[in-house]
Amino acid sequence: MKYQSHHRVGDQPWLRRVLILTAVTLAALLLAIPLLLIFTQAFSAGWDALVSNIGDRYTLHAIGLTLFVALLTVPLNLVFGTALAWLVTRFRFPGRKLLITLIDVPFAVSPVVAGLLYLLLYGRNGWLGSWLADYDVQLMFSWPGIVMVTIFVTCPFVARELIPLMQQQGTEEEEAAVTLGASGWRLFRRVTLPNIKWALIYGVVLTNARAVGEFGAVSVVSGNIRGKTNTLPLHVELLYQDYNIAGAFAAASLLAAIAILTLAIKGVAEWRQAQLLAREPADRNPQ
Amino acid sequence: MSIKIEHLNKTFGSFRALRDISLDIPDGKLTALLGPSGSGKTTLLRIIAGLENASDGRILFGERDISRLPVKERNVGFVFQHYALFRHMTVAQNIAFGPESLPKAQRPPKAEIRKTVTRLLEMIQLPELANRYPAQLSGGQKQRVALARALATRPDILLLDEPFGALDARVRKDLRRWLRGLHDEFHFTSVFVTHDQEEALELSDQVVVMSQGQVEQVDSPTRLYASPASRFVFDFLGHVNIISGSVTDGWLQQGNARVSLPGVSVSGDAQLYLRPHEVRLSVEPGDRACLPFTIEAINLIGAEVRVELKPDGWACDDIWEVGISHGEFSRWQPARGDRCFVTPDIGHLFRNGDNRPETVAWT
Repeated sequence: MKYQSHHRVGDQPWLRRVLILTAVTLAALLLAIPLLLIFTQAFSAGWDALVSNIGDRYTLHAIGLTLFVALLTVPLNLVFGTALAWLVTRFRFPGRKLLITLIDVPFAVSPVVAGLLYLLLYGRNGWLGSWLADYDVQLMFSWPGIVMVTIFVTCPFVARELIPLMQQQGTEEEEAAVTLGASGWRLFRRVTLPNIKWALIYGVVLTNARAVGEFGAVSVVSGNIRGKTNTLPLHVELLYQDYNIAGAFAAASLLAAIAILTLAIKGVAEWRQAQLLAREPADRNPQ
Repeated sequence: MSIKIEHLNKTFGSFRALRDISLDIPDGKLTALLGPSGSGKTTLLRIIAGLENASDGRILFGERDISRLPVKERNVGFVFQHYALFRHMTVAQNIAFGPESLPKAQRPPKAEIRKTVTRLLEMIQLPELANRYPAQLSGGQKQRVALARALATRPDILLLDEPFGALDARVRKDLRRWLRGLHDEFHFTSVFVTHDQEEALELSDQVVVMSQGQVEQVDSPTRLYASPASRFVFDFLGHVNIISGSVTDGWLQQGNARVSLPGVSVSGDAQLYLRPHEVRLSVEPGDRACLPFTIEAINLIGAEVRVELKPDGWACDDIWEVGISHGEFSRWQPARGDRCFVTPDIGHLFRNGDNRPETVAWT
């Protein structure tokens, strides 16, 4: 029959199967198998070895430092990102478009370059650093420097999640709250926050994942001092260069576990946000 | 509470949204701001509410200048076109939001807020929906909830921005009647924005017609329709039939069409505006006018038969519309393509370059 030749693209069973097979193979080769390998390597010497590897003094310190950096970075960027998203979606001012573009700079710049810039600016011989050194303040090659570059690298995540959502939701609910006499704080807590809650959680999770896993920028400013300024990703590399494969993979498995947890929370957050959006008034069509 | 607006201006960059608006809105009345989109009516409403700041000018509520007061100190209720209900709160929580937002010293006790919510839910005839979320309501129900929410704070003034704009025709009519009833019962000062002339004329006590950031006319619906003050108001309110021509010796002439103009002594180019219900249709020309047409279409649906006419031997920009009663239609039995004549009873003459009409009456 002549009509059967009028297939849509991808309708032929063989093409469909080939495409699916290719996608699955690539996903397995590039994502699933490496991830699996991290855990098999980490567990290769047995559970006790893994525990003793993670329990190593320097590894424990790296874990502590990493969590400490994340603990400082995430709340700061949460507040910064929310304030920024609020500013660019709720107000009109000259330079607003430029600001929205600038939010992406940390995404566009290679983290190593970001690290170098900080080193140039705040290092002992740097522009601001030499002035600070006169007051005996050292930012680079110590934890404040690590926190600074981590904040820089992760600052777009929360704002990037919120801006499109807040643009889509518009300002009417907030205006309604104002006409009903709500104070600024009540408006934010009772009207804005519930509407952006899940996007905010998603942004925080991404910020946290990146803060924990950041390598490039941190490696430039940290100085890799074992037990002092070594974060977990740096520690993995250090162990690997020491030919301590089991130790490297033990530490890496921790990072991978954090990544998997992140993905799980992200999935839940996205699902909940989609549910909230589905509740959106269906007849919002312009007259 | 009455509203007085004095020399209000609003510019957005180089765009002048409102030009020197002065307006009195009487206490306890329903006032409509009517105009096409871009006429500045919504901007004016938002400035009254305090959601937008005027560039200059004053607004008084009663005797009190509130131009510089923030929104929440103006005690106005605002109803948005798209309802703007808080989507994560139930209907009852939405209505309670206003009273609960009051500063602690003025906030009524919880039990009293609950009572207010119950009373308002009964007023909007939706007591069974207290625990629903906005997404589970129809458009009409949402707008009622929005109204109840706005009234929960006992506002001095109720402002409504195209309150029925997003609803379908039937719901719109019901809700309109319901709002009118509600207003007649409670007599709050209300201002609503609409681009629908029918809505404005049916619902309001006073209509403010706006165009390009200016007030064109302020009048009661009856007076507004009977004597529009400008070309714009004429064009905007209902259909109007227009013939342009030149006036000499008390007759307006164009092609083979001519209309006598009793009481008009001047001459020159002019346009005569005739409302569909202020003219009659006949088979022979009368002695007042000779306006020949051919019948283009006949629409039988409605209280009147609407006849669309094409000029015969002269020209006009828009086709003419004339309404005749069903009784007259069955007596006369006109058909498409028939020739007929229009005889005017009342007309409004605009001389070229003049924006004020001169009423012409033949009887």
